[in-house]
Amino acid sequence: MAKSAFMRWFHRFGSLPYFYGVSVPIARALAVPGVLLAAWGVFAGLVLAPADYQQGDAFRIIYIHVPSAWLSMFGYTSMAVAGVVALVWRLKLAEIYIVAAAPIGASFTFLALATGSIWGKPMWGTWWVWDARLTSELILLFLYLGVIALHNAIESPRTAARACALLSVVGVINVPIIHYSVEWWNTLHQGPTITRFDRPAMDLDMLWPLLSAALGFTLIFGWLTLWGMRVQLLWRERRSRWVGRMLENSR
Amino acid sequence: MTSWQAFWAMGGYGAFVWSSYGIAAVVLLANVIVPLVAHRRLKRRIRNEEFDD
Repeated sequence: MAKSAFMRWFHRFGSLPYFYGVSVPIARALAVPGVLLAAWGVFAGLVLAPADYQQGDAFRIIYIHVPSAWLSMFGYTSMAVAGVVALVWRLKLAEIYIVAAAPIGASFTFLALATGSIWGKPMWGTWWVWDARLTSELILLFLYLGVIALHNAIESPRTAARACALLSVVGVINVPIIHYSVEWWNTLHQGPTITRFDRPAMDLDMLWPLLSAALGFTLIFGWLTLWGMRVQLLWRERRSRWVGRMLENSR
Repeated sequence: MTSWQAFWAMGGYGAFVWSSYGIAAVVLLANVIVPLVAHRRLKRRIRNEEFDD
């Protein structure tokens, strides 16, 4: 019984007009706490947290850098999951998710690389090194750009969606490589600070703002991706009767 | 030095800290505006029946 109820929900949610309508309140429910949490995290990170005993105030860049890096990996992993759903069940919403999430994931990947570079100059004395963490993160940016380019290059939306889904699934192998790069190789980039089995190697006054910012930016990621999905959905269905009727009614 | 000046100076790392936050603000804002503009423009094109055969 529970399964059939779930399947009914699954099919209803998979219905494009239903999703298009319900995505607005969901996006709003993500945007409000997302912006509040991110704003508090950034404020507390910039103002309330004490300066680092080694890095001084330069460490405050992590309140952008770490959430961006987290979302760069979370975003691609979620695209790979959507890729499996798109390839196996041909769910249109999963195809649309990949296309919508790619530019946002690419943006966060760019931010992780840019802020890391800006932090590296005063701390390491160099903007860039070809160590395993930085290189694998750069490859992640190219994977995102590859998905976007594939989608733009292929005329047929279904063929484009299958190609993007395939690249998402194959490319996700890079995500654990990024995560473990600082352990597998001798990198200039520091080891994990938060995801350790023992206590995080960070003062709580520094850690709470970081967790708040990370959660806030994750909700913002969901909000922005939903808006991207609405645009993609409208484009894919631009000739369908339900879109015409809906726009007619809301004129 | 006032506390405001100290805050902007970021212990001598002001240029690095604020450029990081500035870039992030620009990129995030673009990600908010681009889909909203695209959505509005697409709706107008569909209403104007640009895609009808």
